[in-house]
Amino acid sequence: MIRNVIRAAWIAVGLTAAPVSAEEPFIVVQSTTSTQNSGLLDYILPGFEAETGIDVRVVAVGTGQAIRNAINGDGDVLLVHSKLAEDQFVADGWGVERFDVMYNDFVLVGPKSDPAKVRGGMDIVAALTAVSEVEAPFASRGDDSGTHKAEMRLWDWADADPTDASGTWYRETGSGMGATLNVASGMGAYVLTDRATWQSFGNRGDLEILVEGDPRLFNQYGIILVNPDKHPQVRVSAGQRFIDWLIGPDGQAAIASYKLEGQQLFFPNAK
Amino acid sequence: MALILNGDAELWAIVLLSLKVSIFAVLISALIGMPVGAALAVARFPGRRVLIVLMNALMGFPPVVVGLLVYLMLSRSGPLGVLELLYTPTAMIIAQVVLVTPIIAALTRQVVEMLAEEYSEQLRSLGVSRLASVPVLLWDARLALVTALLAGFGRAIAEVGAVIIVGGNINHVTRVMTTTIALETSKGNLALALALGAILIGIAVAVNAMVSTLSLQAEREGLRHA
Repeated sequence: MIRNVIRAAWIAVGLTAAPVSAEEPFIVVQSTTSTQNSGLLDYILPGFEAETGIDVRVVAVGTGQAIRNAINGDGDVLLVHSKLAEDQFVADGWGVERFDVMYNDFVLVGPKSDPAKVRGGMDIVAALTAVSEVEAPFASRGDDSGTHKAEMRLWDWADADPTDASGTWYRETGSGMGATLNVASGMGAYVLTDRATWQSFGNRGDLEILVEGDPRLFNQYGIILVNPDKHPQVRVSAGQRFIDWLIGPDGQAAIASYKLEGQQLFFPNAK
Repeated sequence: MALILNGDAELWAIVLLSLKVSIFAVLISALIGMPVGAALAVARFPGRRVLIVLMNALMGFPPVVVGLLVYLMLSRSGPLGVLELLYTPTAMIIAQVVLVTPIIAALTRQVVEMLAEEYSEQLRSLGVSRLASVPVLLWDARLALVTALLAGFGRAIAEVGAVIIVGGNINHVTRVMTTTIALETSKGNLALALALGAILIGIAVAVNAMVSTLSLQAEREGLRHA
């Protein structure tokens, strides 16, 4: 009896497992959680896939991890948001060429009670200084992601090193943007987030945007083809086609037309 | 919430993939783990105790570490990179096999060791060598071994740390129940994540109920034939 069941399970699994590895062309894109969690990629990719028949498989992790995965060759295209790290990636020969794709901005989110009294300010560096002075809870990604790198740059400008206070008012979650927002929401902490993830985040609790609009909160996304000289298995033509599409008129228009609750989340700026 | 209430095709595809990956992983683990466990139960050789302790310890192998090891093997810059298995369901099955095999092997070892002691006189009088008795003992322990399979299945279907690393949580390719729950949690969609969790528990209950009914039936049939 049991033997028959197991045999039946084998057959069922064997038969249905086959289509998973279908032979349709695909590329693997190493990208960041913000492009996925915001719903942008789910919105724009079907257009590209319908036009080209190329399936785009997105692995959404932090920028730091995405770049490391790409260095290992585990992706054909890199779509992330940390220009310095991207330029370094290309300079080191891991990527072919970097193109601007789109931008949005970071915002400082915090509890309505706003213990550091930063609400309405336009100066992000002054706001962070105020947070560190009153030692108000601050949740940091702490994961070498694009947002984390941006946050560390801002602390640098504020001439502060909050990691000295790690574990007290400064909490490094070591997790993605969404998980970090959940932590901040749970303990009423300040947190730096990209606007797209914030806009699509469903568990805001007592948090709201307190500081926005500082030019230093600019958040640029870039796209790079992984260098086939380093990893011959890179799917060059399909990957290049995706890049050309995304920085071309169709892709740029698709990015611009994505709105959540009436608000545009990403602004195309390919040259 | 609509995703669940409408019995969305996408949701069912995710459920199906979860089941497919975990069932496949458990079957492969059983093929490896049961003979190994049984052999360890009956064989006597130096270092056997150490192996048993090691195997028992591996039951607590952190999934994230397994995910990382399998990632390093399957990465294009890893030794098995040419196989292009990373970010496929096969990669997830491999990771789960690594996690589940020690559980099945350790539980099999325990069950078979008890049986072997019970039957040691008979087996010896029939002139059956220790290792040759393995298939007989496994067959005799089959009902108890179902529990080992279920324990393995429970570990596999509930696991997220390893499959999210080697599968990449790619929509329509490697997204399973647990990685969907992780994704929805990170989007702050806590109600949806909880609802998906409830479905996952429901599946686990259904599978356990089905298997226990089958083994009960088998037990009755066995009694009738005896």
